[in-house]
Amino acid sequence: MDAKFVIYLAIMFCVTYLIRVLPLLLIKKKIENRFIRSFLMYVPYTVLGAMTFPAIFHIAQNPLCGIVGAVTGIVLAVFGRGLCTVAAGTAAATYIMMIVL
Amino acid sequence: MKKSIFTTGLRDGIPIALGYLAVSFSFGIAAVAAGLSPIEAILISMTNLTSAGQFAGIGIITAGGSYFELALSQFVINLRYSLMGISLSQKLDKSFSTPKRAILGHALTDEIFGVAVSRTKPVTPLYFLGLATLPYIGWSLGTALGAVFGELLNPMLRDALSVAIYGMFIAIIVPEAKCSIKTAIIILLAIVISCIIYYVPVFDFISDGFSIIICAVIASVVGAVLFPIKEDEDNGC
Repeated sequence: MDAKFVIYLAIMFCVTYLIRVLPLLLIKKKIENRFIRSFLMYVPYTVLGAMTFPAIFHIAQNPLCGIVGAVTGIVLAVFGRGLCTVAAGTAAATYIMMIVL
Repeated sequence: MKKSIFTTGLRDGIPIALGYLAVSFSFGIAAVAAGLSPIEAILISMTNLTSAGQFAGIGIITAGGSYFELALSQFVINLRYSLMGISLSQKLDKSFSTPKRAILGHALTDEIFGVAVSRTKPVTPLYFLGLATLPYIGWSLGTALGAVFGELLNPMLRDALSVAIYGMFIAIIVPEAKCSIKTAIIILLAIVISCIIYYVPVFDFISDGFSIIICAVIASVVGAVLFPIKEDEDNGC
């Protein structure tokens, strides 16, 4: 572990910690600005969508593995399966495709 | 009585902890595969306790990215916690003093937030402590196991397991997209922008960390302009 890593770690911790705790400490009232509220509502899902696609297609050599994994996960999620099942199903389908192809 | 509130929290945290164990296992694998040591991976998990931010973080760290890029990526990716914090602050019990908020606030994650705010009673410090304990242990332990033992797995299985994190992201976004066509359109927009940046050679200079920021900000601004949420609505669902 070098000095540079410690700085990276400190930055990650400080930014994430302050984001979490400052609102709990400072904001007692509800945010009224509709634009900001709407923006904040969309942020988690757009972040996760952009992180997942197209990255999931490029974990395995053959993009088809990731495609089948993603479709499996989406189908499981559409049918209301929980976090664990969807995560496991996505990984399992990808693994099976890796073996098959 | 107080003890039973803590126990209730512990019990509510079990499914979250199991999910975290699996996902952080894949984080441990990914971190070591990217070039970090197991200790470094564990330290990141214990101080951050967040999936998307950590995965983006190791990408930037191992690529030798700038401190500014790292800070900005964490800010944008984890900004949602501020919104959750604002929402959760309305539900906290009077006994939630400033020091308790400062300590327990660290454990505010998507899932812990989801369970805490869905409680009908005010959230007490003991309940929140109980709720956060097992997921925190699961997240740290899973990272350690993945980082140390991930190398023993065959590479194909390791790659497949690292896909589990994306499976978890899918499990979070799909229900939102399913219940609101507007949210679905905005998520799709973010994915389309992400694919354009990834596949069009002109955008090769954009790193993964910035790509996520760009996609999320553009799509969310479009969402806020085209489909603003209703006045007294916390979420589409």
